[in-house]
Amino acid sequence: MNLTLHVWRQAGPRAPGRFQTIKADDIEQDASFLEMLDLVNERLIEQGEEPIEFAHDCREGICGTCGVMINGQAHGPERATATCQLHMRKFSDGDEIVIEPWRASGFPIVKDLVVDRSAFDRIIEAGGYISVDTGSAQDANLVPIPKDTADLSMDAAACIGCGACVAACPNGAAQLFASAKLAHLNLLPQGQAERAYRTLGMVGVMEEHFGSCTNHRECEAACPKEISIDFIAMLNRDWLKATVASRRA
Amino acid sequence: MTETMPPPMTTPESPTAAPAGSAASSVLDSKVPDGPIENMWTQHKFDMRLVAPHNKRRFDIIVIGTGLAGASAAATLGELGYNVTVFTFHDTPRRAHSIAAQGGINAAKNYHGDGDSIFRLFYDTVKGGDFRSREANVHRLAEVSNNIIDQCAAQGVPFAREYGGMLANRSFGGAQVSRTFYARGQTGQQLLLGAYQALMRQSAAGSVTIHTGMEMLDVVVVDGRAAGVVVRDLTTGEVTSHSAHAVVLATGGYSNVFYLSTNAMACNVTAAWRAHRKGAFFANPCYTQIHPTCIPASDEFQSKLTLMSESLRNDGRIWVPANPDDARSAREIPEEERHYYLEERYPAFGNLVPRDVASRNAKERVDSGHGIGPLRNGVFLDFSSAFERLGTEVVDDRYSNLFEMYERITGEDVHDRPMRIYPAPHYTMGGLWVDYHLMTTVPGLYCIGEANFSDHGANRLGASALMQGLADGYFVLPYTIGDELADHLGEPPVDTGHRAFTQAEQEVTDRTARWLSIQGTRSVDWFHRELGKIMWEHCGMARDRAGLEKAISEIPALREEFEKDVRVLGSADSLNSSLEKVQRVADFFELGELMCRDALHREESCGGHFRTEHQTEEGEAKRDDDNFAYAAAWEWGGSPGAPNLHAESLEFAYVKLTQRSYK
Repeated sequence: MNLTLHVWRQAGPRAPGRFQTIKADDIEQDASFLEMLDLVNERLIEQGEEPIEFAHDCREGICGTCGVMINGQAHGPERATATCQLHMRKFSDGDEIVIEPWRASGFPIVKDLVVDRSAFDRIIEAGGYISVDTGSAQDANLVPIPKDTADLSMDAAACIGCGACVAACPNGAAQLFASAKLAHLNLLPQGQAERAYRTLGMVGVMEEHFGSCTNHRECEAACPKEISIDFIAMLNRDWLKATVASRRA
Repeated sequence: MTETMPPPMTTPESPTAAPAGSAASSVLDSKVPDGPIENMWTQHKFDMRLVAPHNKRRFDIIVIGTGLAGASAAATLGELGYNVTVFTFHDTPRRAHSIAAQGGINAAKNYHGDGDSIFRLFYDTVKGGDFRSREANVHRLAEVSNNIIDQCAAQGVPFAREYGGMLANRSFGGAQVSRTFYARGQTGQQLLLGAYQALMRQSAAGSVTIHTGMEMLDVVVVDGRAAGVVVRDLTTGEVTSHSAHAVVLATGGYSNVFYLSTNAMACNVTAAWRAHRKGAFFANPCYTQIHPTCIPASDEFQSKLTLMSESLRNDGRIWVPANPDDARSAREIPEEERHYYLEERYPAFGNLVPRDVASRNAKERVDSGHGIGPLRNGVFLDFSSAFERLGTEVVDDRYSNLFEMYERITGEDVHDRPMRIYPAPHYTMGGLWVDYHLMTTVPGLYCIGEANFSDHGANRLGASALMQGLADGYFVLPYTIGDELADHLGEPPVDTGHRAFTQAEQEVTDRTARWLSIQGTRSVDWFHRELGKIMWEHCGMARDRAGLEKAISEIPALREEFEKDVRVLGSADSLNSSLEKVQRVADFFELGELMCRDALHREESCGGHFRTEHQTEEGEAKRDDDNFAYAAAWEWGGSPGAPNLHAESLEFAYVKLTQRSYK
């Protein structure tokens, strides 16, 4: 198929950006979206032009490195699919495709389609763990966990930290990410001791970097792992409880 | 007597130099303690020197890489009180490729009372590795496997559970017990997040400093001891030196030498290779694992191959049409006209034979014209009998994310037709040689996880990579590193103004500039693809003398062209992924040549190394224990074509050397 791409080019964090129009001809249907970009880059290099920088690594939808806005949608048109798992069979011959980086004040642009998502690490540092030094754990089966609880925790833990939720949100909020990380640990018996500390810490840092949630639900629709916004409700509940408890103390 | 030998390929007709019945090389001291293997590690932990808690903060340790091994090691070292500095080229530590491991992690818990034990896990791992691993290391691995599960469960890794709340297990290739713990099909992700969270906890506590987006481009050695590293900031291009009392490489495997593999795009050998050029021996580079269950390539421009977890072989049955010209769809082919070749050839293990056996059989079927799919480059993995026996819901519960992933990539639904699978490069058992302390031949330089050569011999069993990475990082290195550090108490780290540092920095800067100055005609990827073709053709699933010799002549020629004609655009002072790649591919060229030389010198077949000249009548790998029961540790000889071989002979006191049989 033959496509016309409009790709965001920006030399550096402070440089001005612009759209560059690039013809992408003879693209295989079975190619992935990123393989299409690979091919475009090879051709750019042949013509002596700098290739487009985009973040990517595992190319199997699990590392969370990739992610661009495709025609205004985070990770493109296919539901529950990271950019690297999107295939060109979802597009048609003659399509025009607009490719942009995540746009959110919490994710400053590094170059072209690459953004800085280190704010997510700051949220984890603020309590996204269970404090257990290596070697101090008891036998794993001493704490039985009901299957439903373990499964729900796993649903939340499936988050790949790509940032599509933030990019899709009109407010640039990171509630879906933070709530998934919180729910993963707050649901488990092992996570109870630090539940309040964790919730207050992570929500606090989240609010320093990102906007506020006003229930648009765009995050859930864009999430390649289909993380449910139910977890945001859980975050709000846990936060309220922790806040009340900390005032009482 | 020294076991140093010239590289044998200069005189192809000469008998291969091998330390027949030899003692260990005088250069290589494996530091395996004496005594019975059951107590060896416990006793050794007591015998090793300790660094007292208040002295630990006086030691600086650099960890390169944040996969399972690196993140778990850095977190644990931080907890212990060491000053830890971590470098990763990823934008966050959680991106490392450990995250993509699907199936699970082994441990000898025997929670199901099916006869598992530490000794059985040890035995299976030595046997699965085709008797080319070090018994002492493997036994230690099996011992600490149980601690890993405890640690990870306590961290909140959401392992799969039974309805009663107990941990669930599944079985995996190469074992007759159910010992694999898992978190859906995302076990690697969950274990890595556990280690990452422990790491971020230490980062918040100030004991670990994490530098993201920085790639290690050289190891600095002063007076024969590792003194630090030179790194390049990938977004600004700044080259800086960092010194420490010890350096730990946890930089993963080198399957991307084949270009197409299941590894992530950025996986590379550069850190290990730079260490190799500074004196760390590289062991068994030819031991590469081809994973039996990957999605076959659809065209030439494919950038990577996607693995489907081997756990699928628990419930899937592998077959090809008995008649190679059968044009019917899979569902229309009646049972009696299907060839379930693994079940037929290996009745005891069936579809759960080890990876190398499964892979070679798939290749044999495809080569014999029985391949299926549009390019006839695959075999079927069929779940229909599992759907019938267990019900669709139960099977979907186990594998739904894999089924979805398959459908996303191929557009095919496994409920309607069987999966198409074919082997692909996946894991490398070879790596930097390390002793029992996981220290390389350069004092103060350690290597853990897939990057070292230690525990899997010539073939790794499924669900054992995660086990080894976390064993090294959580439970081995944090103990052993103190023994050597104890000698250096009170010594400050080497100043980064030392000539060795400034020189290394200059070399890195010059090398970077040189790639940009070539301005040739072909992209880095083009050269990488060409190198990959040579490697896959001649040093892939099956190897022979003629092919390896051809590769050894082709690779240097292609490298020469690469150095003259590669085109890297842009500048060195901003994000430039072509520039990152070119350095990695340059190192792959040198490694690829060494792999071929290693494969050529090893005149036997074992595990993932299959020389077609050395096979049984049934087409199985035929080892030569008299001449090759050793780990081949290669020393950098000044140029890629002149490595020196050192041998560490392997003794098998607990697991009897037998012809591996899974029949």
